[in-house]
Amino acid sequence: MNLAIRDIRHNAGRFVFTTVGIGMLLMLVMGMGGIYRGLIFEATLLVDRVGADLWVVQGSTRGPFAEISRLPANLEDRVRAVPGVAQARRFVSHTIQREHLGRPLRMVVQGLAWPDDRGEWVPLLAGRPLRQAHYEMIADQSLRLPLGEKIKLGKDVYEVVGLTRGLVGTSGDGLTFFTASDALAIQFDVPGEAMRLERAARRARVEAMDLGRLQPLLLDRAAGLSSGIPALAAPQVSAILVTLQPGANEAAVRDILRTWPDITVYSTQEQKDLLLAGMVDKARRQLGLFRGLLIMISTIIIALIIYTLTLDKIRDIALLKLIGARNTVIGGLILQQALFMGVFGFGLAWWMGLYLFPHFPRLVLIANADLISLGLIVIVISTLASFLGIWKALTIEPNTVLAV
Amino acid sequence: MSGPTELPPAIDVSNLRKVYGSGHTEIVAIRDATLQINRGEVVGLFGPSGSGKSTLLTAMALINPPTSGHIVIGGQPVMDGPRAMVDARSFRRQNIGFVFQKPNLIPFLTALENVQVALEINDTPAKKARERALELLEYLSVHPRADNLPVALSGGEQQRVAVARALANNPSLILADEPTASLDGALGRQVMELFTKVAHERHAGVLVVTHDARTLDVFDRILDVEDGRIQIRANHKTQ
Ligand SMILES: Nc1ncnc2c1ncn2[C@@H]1O[C@H](COP(=O)(O)OP(=O)(O)OP(=O)(O)O)[C@@H](O)[C@H]1O
Ligand SMILES: [Mg+2]
Repeated sequence: MNLAIRDIRHNAGRFVFTTVGIGMLLMLVMGMGGIYRGLIFEATLLVDRVGADLWVVQGSTRGPFAEISRLPANLEDRVRAVPGVAQARRFVSHTIQREHLGRPLRMVVQGLAWPDDRGEWVPLLAGRPLRQAHYEMIADQSLRLPLGEKIKLGKDVYEVVGLTRGLVGTSGDGLTFFTASDALAIQFDVPGEAMRLERAARRARVEAMDLGRLQPLLLDRAAGLSSGIPALAAPQVSAILVTLQPGANEAAVRDILRTWPDITVYSTQEQKDLLLAGMVDKARRQLGLFRGLLIMISTIIIALIIYTLTLDKIRDIALLKLIGARNTVIGGLILQQALFMGVFGFGLAWWMGLYLFPHFPRLVLIANADLISLGLIVIVISTLASFLGIWKALTIEPNTVLAV
Repeated sequence: MSGPTELPPAIDVSNLRKVYGSGHTEIVAIRDATLQINRGEVVGLFGPSGSGKSTLLTAMALINPPTSGHIVIGGQPVMDGPRAMVDARSFRRQNIGFVFQKPNLIPFLTALENVQVALEINDTPAKKARERALELLEYLSVHPRADNLPVALSGGEQQRVAVARALANNPSLILADEPTASLDGALGRQVMELFTKVAHERHAGVLVVTHDARTLDVFDRILDVEDGRIQIRANHKTQ
């Protein structure tokens, strides 16, 4: 006869209530782990998907994700000439924040090396890859832009032709794919108003100078130089993606590239390590600490719940002792209840997470390995938590609690 | 020839003394009690309220350690003053059946389970324990309420379940504190006859606290407690 189950059945309402509470707590622990996994997954997703063997970036930078990297676009052609290189693509990536239909729209603008790269490698949920050199885009679902939506970015209007899911940048903003030239146009777009302001500012500056006062004709010149405003630099890209020929010697290619001034070369793995070491590491430690704290708090809470449940049962435990029950029977009753609570709470946490986590703004990735380790942790903390109650139960003097 | 009289006494209590509290709140509940109950014998314990009957019974059941004195059960010394000489709980489980003055059933177990648990903690397999528990409940006429929780039982029904629980493991010593207090005459009589039957058939020693003069005739002997002292009443059957 299982005493633990019978007692739980007798106090079913309270048991369900506390188990739901513990379940929610465990769901938080689970979510913390999931957020961390999601962070890593999203951070390295693009690097993985792009499928480059080598990343050529601006000299002595750790770009293009960890910091800004600028390279002349024509470097692409020079890299392509290196023996062993099958393909070299320009890679343009930057985050912009614009407004669309009255709400802020933050997205990572990703340039594809049209026409070699039309985004066929991008996993599409709906729609199609890019089909023309301009004015088309692929957007991530998280940006909430439906297929066929037209968006004005800078001077041009772009149409959403494809949708992806779960493709976001390191800070969680949805990715958009354009042809590289469109991406550059969006990045370096200077609106007319900005130009007018720039002109007015220049005129004011000249007016304020002695030179401007002495030669008023200069003012007209400052205002007239609309095309001479040196705001637009030569086209620049963030990185060059290198695909090696099958069987090519990566070290040899790197040796050649190393002799070039002003560039640095990373492998895909190095690029991932840069991302994880630099950007994700602090978040990882932060979440890890929170998880540790939550696990401790869960232990304490389960311990207190089990302890109060034990206090409520003190008469029954005293009675069991009076009819001669062994300590293993009494300890087993309490331990089993703690384990039931932990295990049911864990199941509930998993189940609730299934419905809740997908609604979180960033990916919450529940890995099987994490589930198993959390399950083991739950068993350990439930066991630890029951010790306090068991200790209390075993020290009860039956004749002092019970009228006999 | 192995008659019950050749076995060691079911219990042998000598010079037992129990003092509650200390200083000006000190209460001497038992003063120098000495008594013996043989196997197969049913003994009645009478005395006014507060005279120390429950204290004596709980001391004999190793529930409430005495201040001084000795207790020997079935030939084995079990208490030397307040010091237990055996593991009280396992000894109680195997040798003593106790009926509390209050029914003291476990509230989350049904009537049947309350009896069954006593058997199971003494290593009876679940199925056998269940059968035996049901048998006892039937004998005490509470089997129609077997699957009810104690709250749903009347005082008398609870008391009969408690009696069944005390008898479950065939103890050699049965100590019952007013087991018939909330039973009517016929049922009370039935419980007392059950005790007699167990005493005679299984050679158990039985000590029953009661106020019920109608059951006098079932006792082999009667003890009177007055202010913590025990006196043997002579010839109660001829009175
Ligand atoms: N735990 C205790 N602490 C202090 N005094 C106690 C305690 N238990 C009993 N007493 C006292 O010891 C004396 C004997 O009590 P006991 O319960 O043994 O009497 P009783 O004969 O069983 O009475 P009743 O017939 O009412 O059940 C009483 O004066 C009682 O107040
Ligand atoms: Mg009493």
